[in-house]
Amino acid sequence: MNDDIGEDNRLDMWRLQLEVRHLEQRAHDLFMQNLIKGTSHLAVGQEAIAAGCATAMRPGDYSFCTYRGHAHTLVRGASMTGVLGELMGKECGLLQGKGGSMHLTDVEKGAMGSYAIIGAHLPIAAGAAWAAQYNKTGAVSFCFFGDGTTNIGAFHEALNFAVIWKLPVVFVCENNFYMEYTPIDEVTAVEHPAADRAGAYGLESIIVDGNDADAVYRVARAAVDKAVAGDGPSLIEAETYRHYGHSRADPATYRPDKEVEEWMAKDPIPMYRSRLLEFGVPEKVVGDIEKSVLKAVDDATEEAKASPVPRDELAHTDVWADGGSAWRN
Amino acid sequence: MAELTYREAVADAIAQEMERDDKVVFLGEDIAKAGGVFKTTVGLYDKFGPDRVRDTPISEQAILGAAMGAAMTGLRPIAEIMFSDFFAVCWDIVVNQIAKTRYMTGGQVTMPLVIRSANGGGVRFGAQHSQSIENWAMMIPGLKVIAPSTPADVKGLLAASIRDPDPVIFFEQKSLYGDKGEIPDGEHVDELGTAKVVRDGTDAVIYALAAMVPRSIKAAERLEADLGIRVSVVDVRSLVPLDTRTIFSEFRKSGRAFTVEENPRLCGWGAELSSLITEECFWDMDLPVTRITTPHIPLAAADNLEDRMIPSVDRIYETVRAGLD
Repeated sequence: MNDDIGEDNRLDMWRLQLEVRHLEQRAHDLFMQNLIKGTSHLAVGQEAIAAGCATAMRPGDYSFCTYRGHAHTLVRGASMTGVLGELMGKECGLLQGKGGSMHLTDVEKGAMGSYAIIGAHLPIAAGAAWAAQYNKTGAVSFCFFGDGTTNIGAFHEALNFAVIWKLPVVFVCENNFYMEYTPIDEVTAVEHPAADRAGAYGLESIIVDGNDADAVYRVARAAVDKAVAGDGPSLIEAETYRHYGHSRADPATYRPDKEVEEWMAKDPIPMYRSRLLEFGVPEKVVGDIEKSVLKAVDDATEEAKASPVPRDELAHTDVWADGGSAWRN
Repeated sequence: MAELTYREAVADAIAQEMERDDKVVFLGEDIAKAGGVFKTTVGLYDKFGPDRVRDTPISEQAILGAAMGAAMTGLRPIAEIMFSDFFAVCWDIVVNQIAKTRYMTGGQVTMPLVIRSANGGGVRFGAQHSQSIENWAMMIPGLKVIAPSTPADVKGLLAASIRDPDPVIFFEQKSLYGDKGEIPDGEHVDELGTAKVVRDGTDAVIYALAAMVPRSIKAAERLEADLGIRVSVVDVRSLVPLDTRTIFSEFRKSGRAFTVEENPRLCGWGAELSSLITEECFWDMDLPVTRITTPHIPLAAADNLEDRMIPSVDRIYETVRAGLD
């Protein structure tokens, strides 16, 4: 236990994984009750990547993620009430109900946004890294995306750009093996959608077990160290699996039963619980964290339910920096 | 007062702002060592160095994405998109990301950035390097849209755009790059959202933008010299925010308006002006608003095919004359 990761970090990662798991399950339940509208892209099964990377990040580091972004926003310290409130279209939401599930952002916490058009946020994350480099702040910019993103132009533009400018950015591909409904290997020229492209940009090929928070933490730490040293970007491919479909509308019937079964056996949550117990963490400590997370999710649910819907006038605020939306005098 | 070309005024404005604020940085294709393919940025690399004036690969999404990420985290980037036609390959970053992120995040993010681009035709480049796309930008909530017609306005409005806390699309009309004009001495900063009456008149008003402004002035001068018709000319300058006060007050002097637009006909900015005037100045109207535009076609490359399609002094003159007849 007293290794390079240590007990405190492990308990943090345990708590963060549980927060994501239970919050996402709650979001799923609230959808079923029609208390959350629109769409949602849950990260159930992919918690270890968010938890491992967030624990490797420092205050002041930036993270950019996709529409599957509840997890990455929450693990930076965003409030559960703010997240659930946003999903429910309430004024207490992180974005006052103006963004919804696919755009969760908490700038104060370094969660610089969830981007819902595939690929766009890779160059944006590179831009934040550029500002950090220019201002010599030492901040590192993390950018999370799915396997499907590796086939869009912005992925390639951003990687080349980040390498030639030696930007402190860490690109993390969460390979869950499906590009929405289609197996990624049916639509990709190489076996490992991100890692096999790394060489084209002079980067090391890094593949990590994305269901093992410790393993993710270690590669993320190494990438942060590299970025801080001024040695430029990294590209990490973390292999994982989503327990639900692509989005709310998708029951994921296209996945073979055997494959689902194999991945369910690699569920990151029970795996991590066993590891903590093996390390000698008392059952009570492990269980108390889970209890407190469940209570926090319950409390946040009630708070978000009780929050009013956004005032109508909010539709007209914050188009411009003056707070308004006037396009004429 | 120094005399500069329209293209020199671009570098002059950027230099003024970079000297004033070290958060202003500049990126784009061939903008640094080469000084820009239109020579609009000559000298900036030598003056401000490679950290602030940076050449990029041909990666428009990376250019604008990087500008956005940097703007969100404390810099004031200026990005160049070499030809405005190339906005089509990075339109997602402009429309979905830059324009909407402040709104979608409930105001958590501020986006002080400028995208400069060479816009418009008249230089025989054909349909993919000649478009006037200011109406593309104008229809997207969250973008400010500027298109100057003189060197002084290039400097003053570009400086104002760089200081503005919101994203500004700054269109430089490439057929004007060689035009000369006087620039006020010392620091020069203009105001976004202001139109300018550049010629007085009481018989009609022409609203024009960018390269169509000098043509409209020439047409107005000939109308007065030949026929004694006195036409005012308003340089709209800023499509968003739009200076409807100046636009309406100038309209009310005659009740007769013409718009001169380089863009193809459908959904040009003149259609919005026409609609606003009709809704808000109906009882002052003496004639329907007449739009003079490039026809709804892509632009051809040959001399005559291009010149006869973009509104010319002759066409403006003849349309106004016939309209007032």
